[in-house]
Amino acid sequence: MQKIEAVIQPSKLDAVKDALVEIGVDGMTITEARGHGRQKGHTEFYRGREYAVDLLPKVKLEVVVADGMAEKVILAITAAARTGAIGDGKIFVSKIDEAIRIRNDERGEIAL
Amino acid sequence: MHRMRRSVVTVFRTFLFALVVLIGGGTVVGGSRLVAQTTATPSGQMDRIAALEKQNADNTAAIAAAQSAGDNGWMLVSAALVLMMSGPGLALFYGGLVRQKNILGTMMQTFAMMAVITVLWALVTYSLAFGDGNAFIGGLHNVFLRGVGLAPDVKYAATIPLQTFMIYQLMFAIITPALITGAFAERMKFSAMLVFMVLWALFVYSPMAHMVWGKGGFLNASLGGRFPCLDFAGGTVVHVTSGVSALVTALYLGKRLGYPKVPMPPHSVVLSFIGACLLWVGWFGFNAGSALSAGTLATSAFVATHFGAAAAALSWSVAEWIRQGKPSALGAISGAVAGLVAITPAAGFVTPMSALLIGAIAGVFCYFMVVKVKAWFGYDDSLDAFGVHGAGGTIGAILTGLFANSVINPIFGAGKATGALEGNWHQLVNQLVGVAIAWCLSLVGTLIILFVVDKAIGLRVSVEEEREGLDISQHGEEGYDWAH
Repeated sequence: MQKIEAVIQPSKLDAVKDALVEIGVDGMTITEARGHGRQKGHTEFYRGREYAVDLLPKVKLEVVVADGMAEKVILAITAAARTGAIGDGKIFVSKIDEAIRIRNDERGEIAL
Repeated sequence: MHRMRRSVVTVFRTFLFALVVLIGGGTVVGGSRLVAQTTATPSGQMDRIAALEKQNADNTAAIAAAQSAGDNGWMLVSAALVLMMSGPGLALFYGGLVRQKNILGTMMQTFAMMAVITVLWALVTYSLAFGDGNAFIGGLHNVFLRGVGLAPDVKYAATIPLQTFMIYQLMFAIITPALITGAFAERMKFSAMLVFMVLWALFVYSPMAHMVWGKGGFLNASLGGRFPCLDFAGGTVVHVTSGVSALVTALYLGKRLGYPKVPMPPHSVVLSFIGACLLWVGWFGFNAGSALSAGTLATSAFVATHFGAAAAALSWSVAEWIRQGKPSALGAISGAVAGLVAITPAAGFVTPMSALLIGAIAGVFCYFMVVKVKAWFGYDDSLDAFGVHGAGGTIGAILTGLFANSVINPIFGAGKATGALEGNWHQLVNQLVGVAIAWCLSLVGTLIILFVVDKAIGLRVSVEEEREGLDISQHGEEGYDWAH
């Protein structure tokens, strides 16, 4: 099993969600997040005072899938979330040792 | 079926006949009485004259009662509108501008004024502001509201109960100290704030209100002041005093921890936006209510108020657009408030076109004060109480002397020039005297009060309390609970 964490632009969430459902991903977890990578943020003005806002609003999406699905999920996310501009986000992939369905103690891929 | 219908018709005819007999009989009886009256003797004519005189007196009383009811209705609504400016208006406006750990502390400072100043007003400050006294402060004749009943005081407002006048003026006494809280936001002890405000109401607000609006006040334009300063709704009494005192408290308390290196942007411009719009609406009670009646003067003050706010919202936004490339929501609402401040002394004295000009000037001037002057001097007037109220009140008071028009309000007598543009250049001197007195009283009075309270109980929260925020450290609660 593998976990795919994608930090994306909030405006791309719907497109990514649709793309994942299309390739048969059943579950996902979404978190409203703030952060930045190479993108340097922007400045805001309040009554003439300048504030540099470097932590920008993002959406973090987590999906755990069977090993064979991981590459398809990555392709779906990059295709749906890419604008080509700086700030599009990142994807992190990691191994998952175990998954347990709380309702009935099912374990492994069947619990996904 | 057919027979039933005929019987219904019969009953109806009988009913009609009975009705005709009744009406006819009544007319005959009434008519004979009328005949008897018109053929009366000369002594009957005396009776008629007496009856007409009585009717005339009744009509006069009824007209006075109707005017009084109309004026009183508007004044009670105005009083409620002015209270709405404090809570929720100002509380939301200021609450949105602070960081979220201080929102309740900030709102409570304004709300506390609604309670504390009210009790103080009933006990003593109404008497000090509006009771008979000398040229500088009222006496103690009206403490505990003695003699403040439901009959009008003709000198203040001839058509409304004195208690209406009293409660209306109270709403001004509440919002004025509440305005100061913007300068020391996020760092003053709640206890020290309460003591400071009680002393401030006693020794700064009461004498200033008495000088400008009280009987025989030094600056009173309509009740025999030495320097008749035109201040329709509180440019000097409310905005210069609160704004200048705000500057003094900001300087005395020092900057917030980390200012200006740590960013302290408003935590919710949305709340401030709602607050500012409530202020705009409430300001109609503040300014048009200051006519103390529901007549034409209230209308002209209402119009001037609205025009001043609109023009200033525009001019601040344009200034911001040019300098920063974008017109912000915070800028637009700040401009509207600046315009409302500046038009406060002038409403009820100026034409709608002058109101547009005053607003336009005030919007740019206050923008400059808030954005440039504050940065030059580096003081931490956290929510710009001085930049908006002190600066806007001062420029408004001076412009009132320029634009006041005897057609709108012949306060010095019909046809006598009122403002400088009509030829009464001396009025500018009177306005400057009023402004200077308001500045001096606020500077000196506030400084002494701050010193006394600081020595007695300390003004500032501890460093840890300031980091933690006023909500938890002063009130033991949080404005936003994300966990539940």
